[in-house]
This record gives sequence, C-alpha cells and structure tokens, in this order.
Amino acid sequence: MYDERIGVRKTYKLAIGGQFLRSESGRTYVVPDSSGTFSANAALASRKDVRDAVVAARTAYRGWAGTTAYNRGQVLYRVAEMLEDRYLQFGEAVSAGEGSDEVKARANVTMAVDRLVWYAGWADKMAQVAGSANPVASPYFNFSIPQPVGVVGVIAPQRSSLFGLISVLAPVIVTGNTAVVLASEERPLAAITLAEVLATSDLPAGVVNMLTGRISEVVPVLAAHRDVDALDLCGVPADLAAGIEEIAAGSVKRVLRSRGAEPDWSEPPTPRRMLSFVEIKTVWHPIGV
Amino acid sequence: MHWEYAPAPQAQDIVELRPSYGLFIDGEFSDPDDGTSLETVNPATEQVLARVAAAGPRDVDRAVTAARRAYQQTWGPMPGRERAKYLFRIARLVQERARELAVLETLDNGKPIRESRDMDIPLVAAHFFYYAGWADKLEYAGFGPSPRPLGVAGQIIPWNFPLLMAAWKLAPALAAGNTCVLKPAETTPLTALLLAEIIQQADVPPGVVNIVTGDGLTGEELVLHDGVDKIAFTGSTEVGKRIQRAVAGTSKHLTLELGGKGANIVFEDAPIDQAIEGIVNGIYFNQGHVCCAGSRLIVQESIADAVIDRLKRRLQTLRLGDPLDKNTDIGAINSPGQLDKITELTASGIREGAERWSSPCALPDRGYWFPPTILTRVSQSHRVAREEIFGPVLSVLTFRTTQEAVSKANNTPYGLSAGVWTEKGSRILWMADQLRAGVIWGNTYNRFDPSSPFGGIRESGFGREGGRHGLEAYLDVR
Repeated sequence: MYDERIGVRKTYKLAIGGQFLRSESGRTYVVPDSSGTFSANAALASRKDVRDAVVAARTAYRGWAGTTAYNRGQVLYRVAEMLEDRYLQFGEAVSAGEGSDEVKARANVTMAVDRLVWYAGWADKMAQVAGSANPVASPYFNFSIPQPVGVVGVIAPQRSSLFGLISVLAPVIVTGNTAVVLASEERPLAAITLAEVLATSDLPAGVVNMLTGRISEVVPVLAAHRDVDALDLCGVPADLAAGIEEIAAGSVKRVLRSRGAEPDWSEPPTPRRMLSFVEIKTVWHPIGV
Repeated sequence: MHWEYAPAPQAQDIVELRPSYGLFIDGEFSDPDDGTSLETVNPATEQVLARVAAAGPRDVDRAVTAARRAYQQTWGPMPGRERAKYLFRIARLVQERARELAVLETLDNGKPIRESRDMDIPLVAAHFFYYAGWADKLEYAGFGPSPRPLGVAGQIIPWNFPLLMAAWKLAPALAAGNTCVLKPAETTPLTALLLAEIIQQADVPPGVVNIVTGDGLTGEELVLHDGVDKIAFTGSTEVGKRIQRAVAGTSKHLTLELGGKGANIVFEDAPIDQAIEGIVNGIYFNQGHVCCAGSRLIVQESIADAVIDRLKRRLQTLRLGDPLDKNTDIGAINSPGQLDKITELTASGIREGAERWSSPCALPDRGYWFPPTILTRVSQSHRVAREEIFGPVLSVLTFRTTQEAVSKANNTPYGLSAGVWTEKGSRILWMADQLRAGVIWGNTYNRFDPSSPFGGIRESGFGREGGRHGLEAYLDVR
C-alpha cells in the first residue's frame, strides 16, 4: 500500500499580454526558498520577452487609460477581493520566499490587500486632488487634469516580494498606466502567483505584464525602449541606478529613482507614487455665445 | 489692396546700454574670475549691442556659493509673507520699467516690439505677481502640510522669450523659498541683466538671485556643480537629454521643458477666419521661435485648398522688417546659426518632395531674416514633419477622418502642445483627451497665463511651469 501523495508542482511562467508563457529563450533559473532549498525554476526573461511585454502593455494602454476612473477603481478593488480570498496561499508563498513565519507572512498579505483597497479608492479622486480649474485672464475655461504617462517599467522591490510589489504596482495602474514589471530577482514566485490573481480579477490582459529574470539583463532593455514612458527603479541596486538613469535619458523617460534602502512598506502611503506616473494636461476651451 | 504704412519706430533712447556687463553674483555686478566675454548682437542689424561676461567654473562656483549662503541665512529662514513682498516688488518694478524692458528685449532678440511690449513683458510681471501670492500659502498648494524648498536651483533658459523664461524660472523657485543661479542664453543676456538691476532696486537680499551669463560651457558647469539641488532647463530636446544624463545617479531634482512639433488641427466646420489667424499666430508668432509652435498644420482635406489659399493671402499682409517698428509682424531670426538651421531643414523638405511657398516680402539687407513659409505636399516621414524647425515654416498635412487627425497629430516623439479648431465644443474636449500633448488649445493657439500649467510629455520633457502645479518643481515633495 502506497499512501504518500506526490504533490503537483506549478510551472512558473512569465505573464505577457494575459498569457502565461515560458521565456522565448527557453531559459530558466533556480529559485531557492529562504533556507536555500530548491523551490522552483522561474523563467529567465530575455530581451525579446521584454520587448513582447512592452508591446502587450502598449496594446492594453489605450483601453485601460480609456476606462472610467470608477471602473478602474472597481477592478483594483476586485484584485483586493481575489487576494483576500487567497491569503493563506499567499501567506505560504511569502513565508517560503522571504523566510518569515507564516503569521507574519499572512499579516503581510492582509496589509497588501489593504494597500490595494487604499489605491482602489484613489482612482476617481486623482483628477480632483491633482487637477485644477485655472483662472486665466482671457475668455477660456482652462483646466488641468492628470493623465497617465503610458507604459511604465516597474522594477519591483527585492525584499518584500508581495506587499512591496503591490505598493509599487497599484499606484502605476490605478492612474491608467500599464506596466511591465520585473519581479524580485531572488524572490519572484509570489509575483507570478499574483499575476494569476490579476488574470482573474477583471484586469484587462496586458495591463500588468510580469517578468522574472535578471535586473542586469532586463532593466537596460526597458530603460532603452522608446515605447516605455517611465520607470520605477525601486528594486534597482544603488550601483546600477546611475547607468540605468543614463540610458533612460535617451528618450526623456520619467524616472522614479531608487532611494537606496528599500522603504518600510508598512508606513502609510502618500499620493507621491501616483503623481510620479501622471503628467498634467492643460486644456484651453473657448467661452463665447 | 495694398496698404502703405508710415514708419512707426519705437524710440530706443529709453534703453541705456552699457558697453559691457559683468556677472550678477551676491547682489553685485562683478567681472569674471576665470571666465571670458562674448558679444551680444542685434540680429536685425548685426550691430554689437554690448560685451557680456561668460562665466567660468570659478564664477559659477561663486554664484552657487552665494546662493547657498542666501538660502541658509536670509531667504530660507524668511517667512513666506516677506518673500511674497519682494516678489510683488519685482512685479511692480517690471511694470514700471516695462517699455524699457520691451525695447531691450526686441534689440537683443529681434522679436517685434508689438510682441515684446504686449506679450512678453506683461506676462513677466503677471508671472511674478501670481507666484508672489503663493509664497505664504504653500501649505495649501496640495503638496503636504509643510512643503520644503529644495535649496539652490540652477536654471538654464533659452533665447526665444529671454525675460519671460527667466520669470517662469525665478518666480516659482523664489516663492517656494529656493535661491537661484540663472544662466540666460548666450545670444540674449541683456534683459536678464536688467532684471538683475530691478532685483537690486527691490532690495532682494544678496545671493537670492544670481545671474551668470555665458554659453553652453557655463550651463554645463552649473549642471555639474555639486552645490546645486535642482536643475530646471528650457531648451532643445538634444541638450535636455544631455542634462538628464548628467544628473543620473545624483540626488539633483530635474525638470525639463524641451522641443515640440505641435499639431494645429483644423476641422472643416472650424470658424475659418479665426482659424487662419490662429494658424498664423501658431507658427509665425515670434518668428516661429516657440517650443510649442503649431508647426504642423493638419487640415481636413475638404477645406485644405481653401485654407491654404487664404493663409497665403494673409501672410502677404504680414510686415517683415525692423522689429522696433510698431507695425512689424515678423522680426529677425535670432542668430545666424538658427537661420542656417531653418534654411537647411526647409531645403531638406523640398528635397524630400514638399512644395515651398514663401511670402514675397522684401528682406532687409542686414540682419538675419526668413520669410513666412508654407510647405505643402508634406508627408509624415519628411524631416520637416518630424523635426523641430524653430522658425517661421509651416508644414501642411491633411486628414479625412477624425481618427486620422489624431493618429497624425500623435505621430511624433514630442508631446508639448496641440491646437484644435472646430465649432463643436464636444469635439474639442474629445480631441483634447485623445491628443498626446501637455497643452491643448481649443480655437486658439500660443496662449499663456501664469495660472495655467504649461509643459510637455514624452520627449518634450517633464514638470510643469505655471499654476499651482508649477510649484511642485521647486518643492521637496518626495
């Protein structure tokens, strides 16, 4: 009698344009858990994968930026619902990846859920808080509104593989941008599982494209890509940041610099991250009979 | 009908030019330590107006040190309500000396006195007046309960609106509590130096505003100086990229207002008389030396021929010549270098298949001039449809459907401005939503106001100038 059940392991893939794909290069890299034991092979994204992800993000951009703010808020809230539902699963994943005990890891997941809810509520307030009606000295209705900058390359925090990731991703997409995310290099698995949540959360395909791989390989390609409008360098180590910023200058990208040590994600958030990925559009509309 | 105009020259004697100008550092004019000097020329006559210092590295260092000291000792600790009063004083002094500033601007830049007198200088005063009021209200600006200034701002400005760009840079920076080192453009330093006198008259504490004239090397010293906390640059996209590279890996804050290839879109239902004036104002205003110029006319095919005919008729009534004549519409090109660039790009348009029409106006014998020009049969791949000419040259493209207009307008790496001409208000707003640009003008063009945020997206730069949003560039909001 054989009574041990052999577990069914998951293949971790890239999430590009709503599909879960292996790297076109066929490469993977070993992801150990926090104790150093083999945990999984993650896809090792190539330059071509990055370009495909940017195409997917650009394709999704028009639709996502064009949805109503109310709708975007609901979609983000839906992501929070889906995540809450799976908080045990994510607790395990975070615990395994980050080496924290499961109670702490679960608390981490619930904070991530709350962070999503906080950002979801911002969707239809951003224009009111960051916009303005301007009292110009001529017969025009002059108003300024925040607009998404477009496709944003997000280099996720290296340590906080889920809560940190959500804290940088939510402000990018709630404002109407689409994202190409490079997950934490050493702790990428929670990000891929999150992509599976996103795929079932009413988030249109391509709004978030999740890559796993090497910073040194992926980020210079993102920084040089002319169809990427902005970068969040959160997870880029200090010694690489200057070089990446230099490449980004080639197409005048907006860059949210990495601030050295990873932030304490449990600190209350501010609108800053959202404001880094919108730009103000001013419209002069004539007044007359 | 041909109209004769009697000469209507604006008197020049209101301006007292000195033979040479030093650097304005720590409240005083001084000769450069290790700099050189350069001549600034009246582009309408090619006459040398004055010699102006070109600051060297030690001079830039002196200016930054003075700005740092003022930031720490006077301007930084000063309550906002007192800073405000200095800015109000500057606004008033600019109004009092408005004609003098306008004449000097026209002499140094070549723009018509009508524009410097009615547009540039009044907007300068308005800009200082607007931001003066913010200095003691920053906590209500939406950047947190006690927003802090950044420190010393290095500001580099172009030659197309010399004093106006100085005001756009200085006013919000000072209101927010920063001190400034301003680098005017090589070919148009004089009004900034007159502003320095005004700043002296206003008794602004020494070191709060320092003005270091010079060429690109002076600008580079300023960008690279370790004592500068913020760089604000207005100029070409090419130089903007260099500056962004130079500050990579530092903690310097950066805002960039760069080039553009603005689309001016005219629908068949547009109020045509108004649209013709708007097209003219969009591209021939200030000789087309405008980053947000409507340099691409995108006109609906059904009215394209009629619009171009009327445009040609209108351009023949524009008067090109002495910028100090009050009836002059088109002044001089600012420099021989810029004239070469306009000439070369226009020639490339013809080589690539465009058809050139220029107003048959006579060009003066001396000075740098380019007649108002229209290029038709332009396709999107032509250089004249893609590159910023920064001169009085309009490239005409046509469209059939609204979607085509949007696609053509957005087919550029720039994203500074666009104009939409139509009788339908709903269409203006729909187009405004679709167009990728920082400023959208509905049934108008090239209109500015200190309360209205201005700036680009994509390769036209980032950050805003004007309005509440313009404060963000000079506050530590991270």
